[in-house]
Amino acid sequence: MIAQQIFNGLALGMGYALIAVGYSLVFGILRLVNFSHGSVYAFGAQMAMVFIGLRFGVIPGLIASMVLTGVLGVAIDKLALEPLRKKKSIPIASLITTIGISNIVTNLLIVAFGSEKRAFPPLFNSGTLQLGKIVVSSTQIGMLVVSLILMLILVGIVFYTKIGLAMRAAEQNPKAANLMGINVNFVISFTFFLSGISASIAGSLVGSYYQIVYPNMGFMAGLKAFAAAVLGGIGSLPGAIIGGLIVGVSESMAATVLGSTYRDSMAFIILIIVLIVRPNGLFGKKGITKV
Amino acid sequence: MTNTRMEKHSFLYQFESFISKNQKLLLILLAAFLCLLPKSVNNQYFLTVIVKMAVYAMFGLGLNILTGYTGLVSLGHAGFVAIGAYTASLCAVKLGLSFFPSMLLGMVAAGLVGILLGLPTLRLTGTYLSIVTLGFGEIIKMIAMNWSPVTNGTLGVKNIPKPAVFGMKLTIANHGLYYLVMIILIVCTVFCLVLVKSKTGRALQAIKGDELASVMMGINVTYYKILAFVLSACICAAAGALYATLIGYVDPNTFNFDVSTLILSIVILGGMGTIRGMFLGAAILIALPEVSRFLMVYRFVLYGVILVVMMRFRPQGILGWKSQLPYKLSRQVVERLKTAETEEAGDNG
Amino acid sequence: MADNAYLSVKGITKRFGGIVAVEQVSFEINKGEVVSIIGPNGAGKTTVFNMLTGVYQVDEGTIVFNGEEIQNKKPKHIVMAGMSRTFQNIRLFQDMRVIENVLIGAHIKTSYSFLDSTFRTARYRKEEDEKVLQAIELLKSVGLEHRKDDYASNLPYGDQRKLEIARAIATGAGLLLLDEPAAGMNPKESEELMLFIRSLKQKGYTVLLIEHDMSVVMNISDRIYVIDHGKPIAHGLPVEIANNERVIEAYLGGVHKDAEDN
Repeated sequence: MIAQQIFNGLALGMGYALIAVGYSLVFGILRLVNFSHGSVYAFGAQMAMVFIGLRFGVIPGLIASMVLTGVLGVAIDKLALEPLRKKKSIPIASLITTIGISNIVTNLLIVAFGSEKRAFPPLFNSGTLQLGKIVVSSTQIGMLVVSLILMLILVGIVFYTKIGLAMRAAEQNPKAANLMGINVNFVISFTFFLSGISASIAGSLVGSYYQIVYPNMGFMAGLKAFAAAVLGGIGSLPGAIIGGLIVGVSESMAATVLGSTYRDSMAFIILIIVLIVRPNGLFGKKGITKV
Repeated sequence: MTNTRMEKHSFLYQFESFISKNQKLLLILLAAFLCLLPKSVNNQYFLTVIVKMAVYAMFGLGLNILTGYTGLVSLGHAGFVAIGAYTASLCAVKLGLSFFPSMLLGMVAAGLVGILLGLPTLRLTGTYLSIVTLGFGEIIKMIAMNWSPVTNGTLGVKNIPKPAVFGMKLTIANHGLYYLVMIILIVCTVFCLVLVKSKTGRALQAIKGDELASVMMGINVTYYKILAFVLSACICAAAGALYATLIGYVDPNTFNFDVSTLILSIVILGGMGTIRGMFLGAAILIALPEVSRFLMVYRFVLYGVILVVMMRFRPQGILGWKSQLPYKLSRQVVERLKTAETEEAGDNG
Repeated sequence: MADNAYLSVKGITKRFGGIVAVEQVSFEINKGEVVSIIGPNGAGKTTVFNMLTGVYQVDEGTIVFNGEEIQNKKPKHIVMAGMSRTFQNIRLFQDMRVIENVLIGAHIKTSYSFLDSTFRTARYRKEEDEKVLQAIELLKSVGLEHRKDDYASNLPYGDQRKLEIARAIATGAGLLLLDEPAAGMNPKESEELMLFIRSLKQKGYTVLLIEHDMSVVMNISDRIYVIDHGKPIAHGLPVEIANNERVIEAYLGGVHKDAEDN
C-alpha cells in the first residue's frame, strides 16, 4: 500500500519536477520567479490536446505543442519582460508583469476552450503491470521514463553545449557575459524557450495521467512545482528533480494517510516549512548581502 | 532627472495648489454629492454598483498599505477578505450578533492571521513572500471548504442579514447600506491619510525604498512589516464583512485568486502608494464589466493586460504622481519658523 | 588612551567561507577626532564598517563603543547607542522628500505611539512639530534648507551625499561613519565636503572615514589607519602615513584604480 503510494507519488513528482525546472531555469538567469509558468504549462497541455485531436498523431501533436509553447515562452519574454529589463524597472515590476501574463494566458484559454475539464487522450497504450504488490500503469512508466530522459537532455544542454555555457555565464554575471560577446538577450529567450518546452511536455504527461486538461490546471500545478523548486533550491536543476519527487510523494502519502482533501495543501506546508527553516533550499547557494 | 526644482508653472502644480487652496469647499461639495446621490438617482442597480466600487476601493486601500507603501506584493488578499466576510457572517448568522461587533470580530481575526502571515517576513523577501501569500489565499479557501461544521463547506453561508441601526435595516433600497458603506470608506480613507503622515507611514515607505538603509536608521523592519500586514488585513476584513452583507451570501469560491488579482490590479491601475488612486482604480475596474458584455467576458484577461501594460508604460499608476506642492507643515511649525526668521532679521538689523 | 577611547575595536575578523576578508583589525577613536581608514580596493574597509554597524556578524574580536560591547548587536541597538553611517553608493530614500529623509533618520528619537498618531493626540502634534523643526534646523546647518521639499532623487550628487550625512546625524549619533563620501565628486565638491566634515568636527561630532581621495584624507584626518588584504599594515599621523614605505608599496604594488570597491 505504502510502496504503491510512493510509486504513484514518484510518477507525479517527475511531472512537477519538469515544471519546476522551468522556474529554476528562468530564476537562475533573471532572478525572477516567473509566475506565468503555470499558465504556460496549461497552455502546453491544451495545445497538445488540440493537436492530437486534429489527428496529427501523438508524436507530431506533442512536437507541435512543444514548439508553440516554447514560442509562447519567448513571446512572453520579448513582449513583456525584455522592455522592463531595458528600462531597468524595479524587480517588483517584472513580478507583477508575470502575474498579469498568467491571468491573460489562463483566461484566454478559458474564453477559447471554456473552463470545463476536457478529456485528454492517453499517450501510452493502457495496461498495467504487477510488480510484487505494486500496480504500475504504462502511463506512470511512460511519465517516469520520458521525464527522466528530458531531464538528462536538459542537463546535457546546460552543462555540455555552447549555449548552455552561455546560459551559465549569463547566470553568474550578465554584464560580464555581455562584454564577453554573449548575446544575453538571446540566451534569455532560449531559456524561456526551454522552459516552455519542458512545461508543454509536463502538461501533456500530467494531462494523460489524469486524462483531463482544463485552463486552470496550471494554477495548482504551478504552485506545487514552485514549492518543489524552492525545496530543491531554486536555480538548481538536480534540486528541481529532488524537490518535485518529494512534493509528489508527500502529496500522495498525505492523500492516503490524511484524506484526499489534504492532497493540495501538502505543497504549501512544505513550502512554508522550507522557507522558514532553510530558505535557500536543499541545494541552493547562500548569498552574501552586499552593501 | 533634469528638473531639479519644483516646477511652479506645471499643470500638476497648478492643479494641486487649486485643490489645496479650495480644500474645504471641495470637501463640502463632495460630501453633498455623496449625500444626495442616492436620492437623485434612486436606481437600485446603479447604487449597488456604486457600493461595490466603494467596497473594492476599501480592498484597494487595505492592500495599498502593504504593496503601495511597504513594497510587499500580496497575492492572497482575498484570504483576508474571506476571513472578514466569513467571521462576520458566521457571527451574525450562527451567534445572532449584530453587524458592528461581527465586523470587529472579523477584523480581529484577520489581524491575528495577518501577524501569522507576517512572521515569515522575518526571513523572506520579494517574490518568495508573494508566493507564500498566494499559498495563504489558497489555504484559507481550503479551510473554508473543508471545515464544514463551522463554514458549511462548499455550500457557504446564506441569508446573511443586513446591518441594522436602532432596529432599522440598512438596505440598498432604503439607501441605508449605501450610507453605511460610504461612512466606513471615509473612516478608512482618513485612517490611511493619517497613517501616511506619521512616523509609522514614513517607516513603511522607508522599508519600501531601501530596506537595508531603513535597518541602519534603527527602524525595526520586522515590526513594521508585520504591522503593515495587520493593518492591511483589518481594512480588507472590514470591507469583506460589508461585501458579505451586500451580496447576502459567501462561499469558498467568492474569494478566489481572481479576487486577489483584481485587488492588486486596482492598486496598480490607480497608483501604488497613493490613496486617491484606489478610488479611481476601483471605479474603473468595477465599472468595466458592467458597461459592456464584451468586457464582461474578457474582464479577467483585461485585469492581466492592465497589470502588464501599466508596468511597462506607467508603473506608478494613473494617478501616481509625486506631489509638487511643498511638504505640508503644521500651523505651529510655520509660526515658529516665522518668529525665528523675524528674530534673525532683528539680530542682523 | 586605551580605556577611555570612544570607539575601541580589538582584533575583529570576518570570514566569508574560506576567504578571510578582515583579519585582526584593531583601532581606536577618541571623542571629537576625525580618523580615516584607507587601503587599496578590496582591502576590507567597507567590511569593517559593516561589522561595526551590525550588518555582518563579527567572527572574532570585540568592539567597544561608548563603554559598551556592541559586536554582533542588532543594527537598531547600535544606532541607538549613537553610531550611524552613510553608504558608499548612496542609499537615500529616493522617492521621499529631503525633509522626510531626515525625519526617518529621527525615527528612533520619535517616541509617540501608533495610537497617538492615529488619533492625532496633543502628544503626536507636539512631538511631530518638534521633529520637523529640528529637521529644518539640521538641513539649515548642512546648507540644504532650500531643498527641503525636493525629492531626494532630484538632488545633485554632492547634495545627496550631504543629505545622507544629515540623515545619519538625525539619528542622534555622536559617531558618524562615512563610507567614501568624496567618491564621484569633482575637486570643487571634494573641497566643499572637506570644509563640511571639518565643521562637523567643530560641532563635536566624531568621524570615522573611509576614503580614496588622498587629498581629502590627508587634509582632514587626525590619524590614519591603513589596511591591505584585510590586515592592518600601518597607522599614524597623516605625515607619517604619507611617508610610510609599506603603505606606498601597498598602493603602488597593488592594483590601483578607481573602480567600485565593494
